[in-house]
Amino acid sequence: MTALDLTSLVGRRTIDLVRTLGRSFIFLFESVSYGFVPPLKLRRTVEQIAFIGARSVSIILITGAFTGMVLGLQGYYTLSKFGSEGLLGSAVALSIIRELGPVLSALMVTGRAGSSMTAEIGIMKITEQTSALEMMAVNPIKHVVTPKIFAGVFSLPLLTGLFDVIGIFGGYLVGVKLLGVNEGAYFGEMARSVEFMDIYGGFVKSLVFGLIVAWLCSFKGYTATATTEGVATATTDAVVVTSVTILIMDYILTSFLL
Amino acid sequence: MIRIEKLRKNYNGLLATDDVTCRFLKGKVTVILGGSGSGKSTLLKQVVGLEKPDSGEIYFEDRELTRLTRKELYEIRKKMGMLFQGAALFNSLNVFENLAFPLREHTKLADSVIRTMVKMKLELVGLRGMEELMPSQLSGGMLKRIGLARAIIMDPQVVFYDEPTSGLDPISAGVINKLIVDLNSTLGVTSVVVSHDILSSFQIADWMIILFFGKKIAEGTPDDIRKSEDPRVIQFINGEPEGPIPFNRTDKNYYEDILIP
Repeated sequence: MTALDLTSLVGRRTIDLVRTLGRSFIFLFESVSYGFVPPLKLRRTVEQIAFIGARSVSIILITGAFTGMVLGLQGYYTLSKFGSEGLLGSAVALSIIRELGPVLSALMVTGRAGSSMTAEIGIMKITEQTSALEMMAVNPIKHVVTPKIFAGVFSLPLLTGLFDVIGIFGGYLVGVKLLGVNEGAYFGEMARSVEFMDIYGGFVKSLVFGLIVAWLCSFKGYTATATTEGVATATTDAVVVTSVTILIMDYILTSFLL
Repeated sequence: MIRIEKLRKNYNGLLATDDVTCRFLKGKVTVILGGSGSGKSTLLKQVVGLEKPDSGEIYFEDRELTRLTRKELYEIRKKMGMLFQGAALFNSLNVFENLAFPLREHTKLADSVIRTMVKMKLELVGLRGMEELMPSQLSGGMLKRIGLARAIIMDPQVVFYDEPTSGLDPISAGVINKLIVDLNSTLGVTSVVVSHDILSSFQIADWMIILFFGKKIAEGTPDDIRKSEDPRVIQFINGEPEGPIPFNRTDKNYYEDILIP
């Protein structure tokens, strides 16, 4: 490979990247703005909330509980070295509310609902259902994608709240019931140290992550090559790209919110 | 009804539509014939606005389609119906909901009226009583008939068919052909059929257009086409493997290709 080939390869990749970024933002803009143009697809949005939100509840409960429990275990081990097991409640609550709740909920929803969003839209493309919508004078983005975006933004904060509550309860089970931390200290320290800004920060994160999951997973499905292989690749890509974006955005948001 | 002027479309460096000029007459069945890769589906997609041509014009009753806004295009699409190759039914909805979908989107009709209209269209395609079935429970032939019922639910002026008989057994294909002709005569719709099924095409066509690598090489009534002396047309309608459309798709010399490393 000559230097010229290398340069043109880098150039081509960069152009592709910028182009994809541009398309994805136009896609986001379109799908969000259709949400404010009547007729509103309320029924479709409720269906999507059921799919993204309600059907993710069990997986959020399980991951939330075990995350809280392992935090209780690890936190107790670390804190007891300094004789400050009493702080366990605030350690568990703060790490869950500020970080783990929004991030892990978003990652779980990406895996459960995001991948199937990509696959669903991709298959609609292969079987020409999106073209059929076009031919019936129905905008496929408005009909298929917009409800998903709004459902994502609506569902993820609720799921995150659930994750937080069950996680704190998991930490309580392990810390208080199993390892014998004082119950009053667990909840007392928590109430004293958790501030409104912590909850607010977690809430903002979960809103943004909800948008990212629905947006990127839909975009990947919508731009998938219309072949079986294309949809398979798009589904994998969607999960990877969304997860990585969530972690990067988490850092950026944290640095702004601190 | 529809007039196409000097349409051109480049597809990955290949001229998929090469200066095509033709018209689809009102109330007639026009069949666009061509082998795989002859650009017939691409032509159809441009006519209905699913793809944009590079140059040229498409007139739908004197409205030029290629430069319309999405909203204007959607208004015109309400006068069009399309049967897709795989029927493109929504697989999460049952037959009734599939047919009711365009009505629910574009009209404020009462449920009872929608129910009646769905039944009427199902009767037209001979499948009344299948309302509750899901698309996954239907055979290929039935899927197409339901797809056709959905395509005509809004009483369009033009119906487009993308390979309506491909992948069907002879009897189902016959049913679809009969439906195309019947709809055309009873409802007076203009029909445009894209196909590579020679037998069906000669049965249903009032007018035929033959495409060859994106170019229109012949058009006329089925009789004109049968009498055509263009060797490419003769090869195509007789299904001969060798002729002006070569069996071998490479220019490279076979011996050189094998012997010279």
